[in-house]
Amino acid sequence: MLSSLHLALPPAPLFFAQLLVGLINGAFYAMLSLGLAVIFGLLNIINFTHGAQYMLGAFGAWFLLTLFGIGYWPALIIAPLAVGLIGIAIERVFLRRIAGLDHLYGLLLTFGLALAIEGVFRQEYGSSGLPYSIPAELQGTVSLGFMFLPIYRAWVILASAAVCGATWFIIERTRLGATLRAATENPALVQAFGINVPRLVTLTYGGGAALAALAGVLAAPIYQVSPLMGSSIITVVFAVVVIGGMGSILGAIVSGFALGLIEGLTKVFYPEASSTIIFVIMALVLLVKPAGLFGRAG
Amino acid sequence: MRKGLAIFAGVAAALLLSAGAEAQIKKDIKIGVLADMSSLYADLGGPGSVVAAKMAVDDFGGTLDGHKIDVVSADHQNKPDIGASYARKWFDQDGVDMITDLTTSSVALAVQEVAREKNKVLMITGAASSDLTGKHCAPTSIHYAYDTTALANGTGAAVVKAGGKTWFFITADYAFGHALQNDTAAVVEANGGKVLGFVNVPLNTADFSSYLLQAQASKAQIIGLANAGGDTINSIKQAAEFGIVKGGQKLAGLLLFVSDVHSLGLQTAQGLQLTESFYWDQDDQTRAWAKKFFAKTNKEPTMVQAGVYSAVTNYLNAVKAANTLDGPAVIKQLKSKPINDFMIRNGHLQDDGSLVHDMYLYEVKKPSESKGPWDLYKLVATIPGAEAFKRPHGNECPAVKG
Repeated sequence: MLSSLHLALPPAPLFFAQLLVGLINGAFYAMLSLGLAVIFGLLNIINFTHGAQYMLGAFGAWFLLTLFGIGYWPALIIAPLAVGLIGIAIERVFLRRIAGLDHLYGLLLTFGLALAIEGVFRQEYGSSGLPYSIPAELQGTVSLGFMFLPIYRAWVILASAAVCGATWFIIERTRLGATLRAATENPALVQAFGINVPRLVTLTYGGGAALAALAGVLAAPIYQVSPLMGSSIITVVFAVVVIGGMGSILGAIVSGFALGLIEGLTKVFYPEASSTIIFVIMALVLLVKPAGLFGRAG
Repeated sequence: MRKGLAIFAGVAAALLLSAGAEAQIKKDIKIGVLADMSSLYADLGGPGSVVAAKMAVDDFGGTLDGHKIDVVSADHQNKPDIGASYARKWFDQDGVDMITDLTTSSVALAVQEVAREKNKVLMITGAASSDLTGKHCAPTSIHYAYDTTALANGTGAAVVKAGGKTWFFITADYAFGHALQNDTAAVVEANGGKVLGFVNVPLNTADFSSYLLQAQASKAQIIGLANAGGDTINSIKQAAEFGIVKGGQKLAGLLLFVSDVHSLGLQTAQGLQLTESFYWDQDDQTRAWAKKFFAKTNKEPTMVQAGVYSAVTNYLNAVKAANTLDGPAVIKQLKSKPINDFMIRNGHLQDDGSLVHDMYLYEVKKPSESKGPWDLYKLVATIPGAEAFKRPHGNECPAVKG
């Protein structure tokens, strides 16, 4: 059997290009694992519906374009808002009833929801995916000397870095974030201060879902808008969150970008392993540091 | 006494002789559609193949000699072990007589071993690997709609002869991708071309940017996509993003289905050449059948789905003519005369199990040339069966090896 294992270093231009490509994938991993980490860290829910919410974001962008003629830029705001509302509905109707129970119930419930949502879309739209073109302003490539970088992909890195940075700032450095963190640790006490904790929880879940949807809109022009897009990325994202530490925002962001880079390098040296390398790393990290690289135990 | 005995012997002999002429089909007939129902290949076969099989059974009349004909289906999820378990259960416990579709070569190869063990008929319309009728050939298995040899002789030869001499392959890392790469490389080299390199990509990959960059760096004139379904769609879409075609390289989609082109859109796919054995808009016969399929599914049929209808119909006819469900006997009946219907033209079933028939080289239309959402192809050439299915390095199947 032919193998494409390359033991020699590729020429420098190709190498840097591959690192850049890995960084772009890392941007998606970072955004998605950030949403997951926020929801788990603040709400203690293992949100398996995250992949479906990412898919809903991409489909939202497609619906806006095909049904209403609304383009990419408004879709970046409208689609996440819409999916955020759906997330709020999910939290109100389903998740609230299992609050306080074992993590496993949340996992099963959200997993079931994900299967149901994806099944409906797959039934309607098949699996081949739907076309969504890159917005005119971001088309084309810019020559970096060692590669032609598609402008849209550069935009993806910048946008996700900005969103990740903003989310981290809100949670770790603002009063709202402090309130959220306090509400997780001691809801009764925070409620006694007059803060509506259940509403905070609902809005946070909606926010996490909106983050996933935003990643979906960013992904729509480059990957196929397909009902399968969520399930194919969610397992990798979970591994990223576990490696970074389940409750750690910073851990999710750093691991996302770093693992994107590592996956990119694997594609250069031993492409056949590129779909499994992240899980190998996850196994190793769990052996050495079960709480994850940035996680706090317990 | 002696006269009575003679009369008794005479009647007994007559009864025994006539017993052979009674119907030998003693059970309901069951046809299994084993396909990828939910993942990257679901649109080219999948639920559409189940519809096609049921259409064939209905058009046949629904019964044979008073016995019902049933269609069962399952999702093999592109996993050989799951496919083989379904095949075993179907053959051993559920009384299935024939399995069709079998998209995904690794699953088809696994199921073919089960069919070999049990001498049951397979009519493979979805899988591509020429190994199914090469080194792994089985006596009761028919490779029906197309194979990697025909794809290589069709698209591969056309691209090389048009000037694409140096190739780099992006290959799906499993049985199908390797078979397609090997067969195409053989054709490329036989026509004076050269393979500069390749990269193996895990099945069902979303992001091909890294592999496209490697293909770009190789400076090969042609980037051969030895993958299918969702993988091919992603490769082509992302190649447009990285300016591959603008940089002077060309893409060769070695396996493209009408469902893929419909998903890509003509803007992205225009000019791509591909080899198929069926196109819904080819002539009046194909259009008539496709109309019925479209009424049930709202999509035009792929060659895999048309293949299922054709295979089931010809299977049932062969069972009727041979008056038995016994695998080897039905295969013998199918080999006894050419197969010609709306999909298979000038078809001859070979000893290695391949159904040699006419293949077609198409080119994807420009957006300005298309008059409807499924008006996607123009015919470039018809490739007669003998030329399409010719293997440059001969065939390792014991049944045909010289």
